[in-house]
Amino acid sequence: MAAMVHLAGVSKAYRRGKETVQVLDDLDLDVAEGDFLALMGPSGSGKSTLLNLIGGLDHPTDGVVEVAGQRLDRLSASALARWRARHIGFVFQFYNLLPVLSAVRNVELPLLLTRLSRRERRQRALTALDIVNLADRASHKPGELSGGQQQRVAIARALVADPSVLVCDEPTGDLDRESADQILGLLEVLNRDHGKTIIMVTHDPRAAEHARHVLHLDKGRLRRLTAAGAVAGTVSS
Amino acid sequence: MSWLSLIWANLFRHRVRTILTLVSVLVAFLLFALLRNVIESFATGIEIAGVDRLVTAPKYSMVDRLPLAHLQQIEAVDGVVAVTHANWFGGYYQDPANFFPKYPVRPREWFAMYSEYRIAPEQLDAFANTRDGAVVPVGLAEQYGWKVGDRIPITADIYPKKDGSRHWEFELVGTYSAPPDEPQPVTFLFQYDYWDQATQHSAGTVAWFVVKVADPDAAGEVARRIDALFEQSRNPTRTSTEAERQRQFANQVGDIGLMMSGILGAVFFTILLLTANTMSQGLRERIPELAVLKTIGFTDDSVSLLVLGEALVLCLVAGALGLALGAYVSAVLAPLLESAIGVFETSWRTVALGLGLAALLGLVVGAGPALNARRVTIVDALRE
Repeated sequence: MAAMVHLAGVSKAYRRGKETVQVLDDLDLDVAEGDFLALMGPSGSGKSTLLNLIGGLDHPTDGVVEVAGQRLDRLSASALARWRARHIGFVFQFYNLLPVLSAVRNVELPLLLTRLSRRERRQRALTALDIVNLADRASHKPGELSGGQQQRVAIARALVADPSVLVCDEPTGDLDRESADQILGLLEVLNRDHGKTIIMVTHDPRAAEHARHVLHLDKGRLRRLTAAGAVAGTVSS
Repeated sequence: MSWLSLIWANLFRHRVRTILTLVSVLVAFLLFALLRNVIESFATGIEIAGVDRLVTAPKYSMVDRLPLAHLQQIEAVDGVVAVTHANWFGGYYQDPANFFPKYPVRPREWFAMYSEYRIAPEQLDAFANTRDGAVVPVGLAEQYGWKVGDRIPITADIYPKKDGSRHWEFELVGTYSAPPDEPQPVTFLFQYDYWDQATQHSAGTVAWFVVKVADPDAAGEVARRIDALFEQSRNPTRTSTEAERQRQFANQVGDIGLMMSGILGAVFFTILLLTANTMSQGLRERIPELAVLKTIGFTDDSVSLLVLGEALVLCLVAGALGLALGAYVSAVLAPLLESAIGVFETSWRTVALGLGLAALLGLVVGAGPALNARRVTIVDALRE
């Protein structure tokens, strides 16, 4: 199966005062279309930075980042924003919903950037909420929902524009076990039944068990692939 | 959901703060509408046609004087029914802070001219027959606790007596008023003859004539005839309405338009600082949210426009409400101010200017936050 994500010789360094911090170092990674990959590693290992590069939120210092057939390291900021809107769905640890908007309006947000009519936008947002089993909470604001429900709304928002890749940064890190299991089950369904490629950063080994593959990062380098899955994925570091 | 509803929702995330900001901008535009009314009223001439009373004053300056002899010539002008006159006396009662207008007039002619004023016939007779008699508005008598028979000392600043004394004393012989639903008079009236005989200078002159015309529709023509009569004399005249004269008098104090513009400038500068601070504070609290918007595909430009849109909508809504309220208040006040400054209404020009100013205010107060929103970097903002 074709690689949905292709990273070759990717490095990322930050300036911290006069010091240069090498976060990722000459990293190669291929993630096949339809894979569900968990990224694990200690704090500061570069997991979130890697996720940011794959999600088109940041540029590498060096190397090639290609996602859904697009070289991201060559796109301008505005072109990258438009690309993200079409191809990437983001799920954050703290949900990051807009508190002033109802659930359905939060989900509808990414569709404001499309040419869809108002009615079509709303219909699609309701469908996305239905997929995460929250259609009955459409008019509720985030403050009126539990953490698990807010994260499901965030997943619906990530899904609504039908992206190729879901990028999840500690999606269960702020949830109790029961809610976390529901979210992970939902991600599995999206991967298995809807064919979404999912890349998830997590500290939680139980969360990683839901993925098809688990990659471990340490000091900016990929160390090992610990879970075998049906979908081919190649890792080199 | 539309972009506008997103802007609206963002504006009202802190309902109280937004409402307070909106009210402060609204009040600024209410003030703008009312002061613009005054500026426009002073900038445009008052239509003479339709009034039955005109004022003939010195052509070039209100401090000039006209000879009393003009009176008979004006009376002879075709279309003139009656003529009387008055002076600006100045002076004060006990303390310079106790200021009110004081005119030496001819009693019977004055009250015949201003027939809307109510005075008891016996008090008018007393006024006409008492050399140092005076009548005052009911409100003024109540304010200073005067009663008929009291002697009221006035210290003169313009007109000393022939003996050099600035002490004038009048016997209060009556009070007068306007009908209850009309603007009440404020002028202390006393005998012209008393002033004319006792004043150290300017005897035989008046400050202005009041002219009653037979046909209000011909008032403009009568005014032209009067002024033509004295055009080549040493004392040329300018005849206009009472409202126009009030405005000329106000303009003697200073450039009314400039003063109003100065007040508005100060108000809008304050509002600008206040609103810009509120918008900036609101933005700082939402930086992670802006990063989320950028994450899901909003470009730097679209986020920037969203923030600018919030400032624009806030200022335009507040501006429109302020102008609407200003128009309403103007309509209520117009009848009360008509005699003082003429037409007092919010014109479409003021509305257009106000909305333009509201948009400009929105752009200026929104520019800083919009620029900051544009600069938000996703990775840094989400890490925070």
